Amino acid sequence: MIGISGVSKSYGQTVVIDDVSLTLPKGGLTSIIGPNGAGKSTLMSMIARLLPIDRGTVMVDGLDVALTAGDALAKRLSILRQDNHLAARLTVSDLVSFGRYPYSKGRLTDEDRGHIERALTYLGLDELKHRFLDELSGGQRQRAFVAMVLAQDTDYMLFDEPLNNLDIRHAVAMMKLLRDAAKDLGKTVVVVLHDINFASCYSDHIVVMRRGRLFRQGVPEEIIREEILIETYETDFKVRDMDGNRIATFY
Amino acid sequence: MKSLIPALLLIFCLAVVSLFVGVSDVSLWSVLNGTADQRQVMILLASRVPRTIALLLAGSGIAIAGMILQMLARNRFVEPSTTGTVESAGLGMLVVLLLAPDMPVMAKMLVAAVFALAGTGMFLAVLRAIPLRSVLMVPLVGIMLGGMISAVTTFFAYRFDLFQSMGAWANGDFSAVLRGRYETLWVAFALTIAAYIAADRFTVAGMGEEFSTNLGLNYRRIMAIGLVIVSMVTASVVVTAGVVPFLGLIVPNIVSMAMGDNLRKSLPWIGICGAGLILACDIVGRTINAPFEIPVGTVLGIIGSLFFLYLLLRRQSRVA
Ligand SMILES: Nc1ncnc2c1ncn2[C@@H]1O[C@H](COP(=O)(O)OP(=O)(O)OP(=O)(O)O)[C@@H](O)[C@H]1O
Ligand SMILES: [Mg+2]
Repeated sequence: MIGISGVSKSYGQTVVIDDVSLTLPKGGLTSIIGPNGAGKSTLMSMIARLLPIDRGTVMVDGLDVALTAGDALAKRLSILRQDNHLAARLTVSDLVSFGRYPYSKGRLTDEDRGHIERALTYLGLDELKHRFLDELSGGQRQRAFVAMVLAQDTDYMLFDEPLNNLDIRHAVAMMKLLRDAAKDLGKTVVVVLHDINFASCYSDHIVVMRRGRLFRQGVPEEIIREEILIETYETDFKVRDMDGNRIATFY
Repeated sequence: MKSLIPALLLIFCLAVVSLFVGVSDVSLWSVLNGTADQRQVMILLASRVPRTIALLLAGSGIAIAGMILQMLARNRFVEPSTTGTVESAGLGMLVVLLLAPDMPVMAKMLVAAVFALAGTGMFLAVLRAIPLRSVLMVPLVGIMLGGMISAVTTFFAYRFDLFQSMGAWANGDFSAVLRGRYETLWVAFALTIAAYIAADRFTVAGMGEEFSTNLGLNYRRIMAIGLVIVSMVTASVVVTAGVVPFLGLIVPNIVSMAMGDNLRKSLPWIGICGAGLILACDIVGRTINAPFEIPVGTVLGIIGSLFFLYLLLRRQSRVA
């Protein structure tokens, strides 16, 4: 369980996260949606202790992320950020291997190698594993970063816009992969998504952020509704039922 | 790892050549068949061997320090002489010359290292405080900082009439390396071994603070360890032979192009190539205008500035 209570963050005078309290249940896939600048990435970075929290606390399985030792937390919780740019020149398999760093500190065991191989295969990177990241396309690179987080094999996995740069086939595969990780492996997966229909079809739980605040949360049927989406995005929406899913159109 | 062996053999050959190049004539043959006289053996042991060892240690040390600095600053264009490190070490030397000129070499080196640490720390603090949009701004800031520090050094060197002694280290020169005067470089060697042990940490740190935190690495601590290694290595080289420019830039960049930046794999290569390049430059400097020597710092300065230009132009063409 991730317990967020009374969390706030400001930059100078600007409050970007305003007193957010929220509980993300253990297991299952939670999507965070909301317009640009709503504070999704900021909140996620604070959950993963990448950004200091101004006020409030974040507890992961009863551990306060601000106080828990970094290396202990790295075996429970991992994050992929929205923008990933590496100055260092690494191959895909080097990068994914570093997902095992919290366990192996660089000396890989057979178990580590198993995780690395599986992560590479899940993301269809077997052919590319000896390529350097700066020699890949944007979508291939994104998959490599996701594979690294997968290899880290933590109970809690946070992904900030994991579908960035992915084509439709790979986006669908990615969402299935994340859902399976939640369902079959019992992981708690939290994703920031901009594609509302992916959120609608794949999530167990949806959190809507707006202007630094928690706006709504609930199961997809409660959230993917015209009036909520219109208010969230200030854009016209139509929501239809298709094959048991709620699909939003917005052209 | 196997392919390291030919490279090591090449270094060994360069080292042998380096041993037998010089004004006084000592030949490999005469040493091997025992016809060398006492004076020749003396030259070999007291001057040639120390010089060659010093070159090997300094070359590998500076190359590895350059690589670590590039990972810490997350910038391909930095090395100890574009981050204020070298200039700060020089200021430290001046302070020693002014206040306690009779200090043992090791103590001098430690003082220089403390100054180098402060200077490099200041450089990294500036980088944190003003996020720079262009990668080229990073070495420019470092060069400016270094310029300011060496201006201070020059001012006091003039005031106290120490310009001659300070001038000596401004250009790396191994001709004055003698037995008993280069042993601090073994400290640099020990630190490069330490760097290799911590190689994975430096690679993770090179991925940035967020990646490091996500992987549970204490970013600040590894930064501090890296800074200490870079400062001590630089100081020991500056104290022994003077400034060896560009080596820490050229070697890591070439190795990175060939095999990437996973330091567990690349650090041994960086060390070997650093030693090889400095040996080769030193041999060139000793033979090209014999019996006069061109200091290795000058030779490296020429090669290095050309390489720096190449790096810049290559970047331009990739962006365009
Ligand atoms: N370092 C910073 N300094 C000042 N303001 C910042 C900083 N980082 C983020 N902000 C502001 O905080 C707000 C929330 O940003 P955040 O990145 O969390 O948005 P987001 O919901 O992830 O948006 P997006 O959908 O565009 O990724 C934005 O208004 C942004 O301008
Ligand atoms: Mg964001």
